[in-house]
Amino acid sequence: MTAQAEHRTDDVALPGTGDTGGAAARLLPSATPIRFLDDSGAAAPESAHGAYQMPPTDVLVDAYRRMVLGRRFDAQATALTKQGRLAVYPSSHGQEACQIGGVLALRDTDWMFPTYRESMALVARGIDPVEALTLLRGTWHCGYDPVATRTAPQCTPLATQSPHAVGLAYAARRRGEDVVVLVFVGDGGTSEGDFHEALNFAGVFKAPVVFLVQNNRYAISVPLAKQTAAPSLAYRGVGYGIRSEQVDGNDPIAVLAVLRHAVETARNGEGPFLVEAHTYRIEAHTNADDASRYRDSAEVAAWESRDPLTRLETYLLATGAVSDEDIGAARQEAEAFAGRLRTRMNEDPDVDPRSLFADVFAEPTPQLREQREWLGEELAAGGDRNGGED
Amino acid sequence: MSTTMAQALNAALRDALDQDDSVVVFGEDVGALGGVFRITDGLARDLGEDRCFDTPLAESGIVGFALGMAMNGFRPVVEIQFDAFAYPAFEQLVSHVAKMRNRTRGAVGVPMVIRVPFAGGIGGVEHHSDSSEAYYVHTPGLKVATPATVADAYSLLREAIADPDPVVFLEPKKLYWSKADVDLPVTTAPFGTAEIRRHGTDATLIAYGPALPVALAAAEAAAEDGHDLEVVDLRTLVPFDDVTVTASVRKTGRCVVVQESAGFAGVGAEVAARVQERCFHSLHAPVLRVSGFDIPYPPPIVEKYHLPDVDRVLDTVARLQWDDEPDRRHLTRVSA
Repeated sequence: MTAQAEHRTDDVALPGTGDTGGAAARLLPSATPIRFLDDSGAAAPESAHGAYQMPPTDVLVDAYRRMVLGRRFDAQATALTKQGRLAVYPSSHGQEACQIGGVLALRDTDWMFPTYRESMALVARGIDPVEALTLLRGTWHCGYDPVATRTAPQCTPLATQSPHAVGLAYAARRRGEDVVVLVFVGDGGTSEGDFHEALNFAGVFKAPVVFLVQNNRYAISVPLAKQTAAPSLAYRGVGYGIRSEQVDGNDPIAVLAVLRHAVETARNGEGPFLVEAHTYRIEAHTNADDASRYRDSAEVAAWESRDPLTRLETYLLATGAVSDEDIGAARQEAEAFAGRLRTRMNEDPDVDPRSLFADVFAEPTPQLREQREWLGEELAAGGDRNGGED
Repeated sequence: MSTTMAQALNAALRDALDQDDSVVVFGEDVGALGGVFRITDGLARDLGEDRCFDTPLAESGIVGFALGMAMNGFRPVVEIQFDAFAYPAFEQLVSHVAKMRNRTRGAVGVPMVIRVPFAGGIGGVEHHSDSSEAYYVHTPGLKVATPATVADAYSLLREAIADPDPVVFLEPKKLYWSKADVDLPVTTAPFGTAEIRRHGTDATLIAYGPALPVALAAAEAAAEDGHDLEVVDLRTLVPFDDVTVTASVRKTGRCVVVQESAGFAGVGAEVAARVQERCFHSLHAPVLRVSGFDIPYPPPIVEKYHLPDVDRVLDTVARLQWDDEPDRRHLTRVSA
């Protein structure tokens, strides 16, 4: 008889440890991503819903309109980049369900911590699109007021905004504020140490934070298989004592259902939540990237056939929640929005270079005041830093 | 009343916590233990475990978490346990803490303090004695304070906590147990103000933090050699007090910068550059530096060979061309 066969928990349990298996099981994500829609946009079987509730129809219709607008905005931003009006633009085409779902799961009083790929989410949040694109236009600041919009500056160094989100959420709880914080991270970002430290802090301090991992399959050119050996990025949460879920990130209904639950859980004081949304970056990393060097068009086409906007439109039409006229109106609204954006973005921004010194500190140091004066003297002398004649 | 620097720092934290509900102190082992240097001794017990608390052992997380709290109404004071353990938090400090105000055009300030026990002289094993000030002062958006006296330890820390911007507060470990007769609370000169710790006429020694006592002792010894040295304590490296430094060197015509950290591209190099930019026509000799060598901080049994001491400062003062003799040391190096 082997020792294993004789295994009896009460004999071998390490004092003070207990059975951790049950606790871990309650944190685990579903075995397969939650879905409310199949690839074609038809209703998925209820068994795919997990324990999640179908969002109200008006929420879905609102999400649809914002997704139409978001996609048009994204295309316009890409076009503006090609025309030299933006320094760079990381597209979120194909990730509309996550961009809009993340925003709609929140109240206006909640906070959002976006990355550079969340320009669409910023617009959905109600931020002026010109302000939302200010950073990518090549300016030094984020463009909008984070306090007024309850939206942190778009973060470029991967996952580094995660601990900020946790700290702000913890602070809100201590102040008795009814605030949930949603932080966007990508699949590549989950490899960064700050993501893990943030999860750990969120778990320990029971911070009302929802981590939304948009797994779009690529970190620039590096595919998911080279990013992690984990069966799902959602398993990242379990090791930190955080409830986790995985969802079809191209199913807007499922994304909304899961995120609404996650936000509610955090709001109720039940601690943080991690959601992995399986989605796909249809465009290259940015306009400066060439995706043909690392992936083939068949793969892209397969994901395009699961387009989140088409799936939601199909579903809403089939259920009668929207009509062809509604769809036409949404597209018209998006077109007008893009036209206004185009006009405004074709105006050169008015930047006083001396303002570079204004917000390094609350009060400039004597050295900064001196340097600002030097620059002012150059400007007064007609200096042109673009290489033109002085 | 005789007070140690450690007690003064503890009192500053205690008074700040007591007077401002938005102040919180956290880090590794700062709660029940009171910090490995006991700077937070009794704070959790007396002011509440929600005011002074332990965190997971992750410096980047600590600093990033503090930034988030600062975005939402708190004034976090975080303790990094030792100088070299701050490096995991470097990205948070440089890319976020230092830049948040600028990235948001002033909408989001970051009133937080990062306390770092720094520098050597206590027989610490590797990674426990780094002089890391150059990394921080080179980062726009961070203020950097280095107290050298008991009174400054209290006053500068209170000012750091009240400051609307992030302050890296470098506490010289070897001075934690230095004593002075100081009645707390005490208010000394504000940030951006250097102090003349000893008035003199023949040369200016510029020092900060752990090097100040060395500079002062050297000045006393030099007096026996007939040189009357002025000693300037920078106190805050950012903001930097050009006015006091410049006035002193223009008066004395000679300048030596004393620092414990490695010399290459260090604070002393910046000070020397600023002095020659502003005092060139007053200088009778090149500005010289006394610093640690450009080596990883050495282990306890040999650290005394690395640390600037009185003799090394006096030797350097002797090379300030008192008899119009050029400083052969540097001439030789150039020709070699």
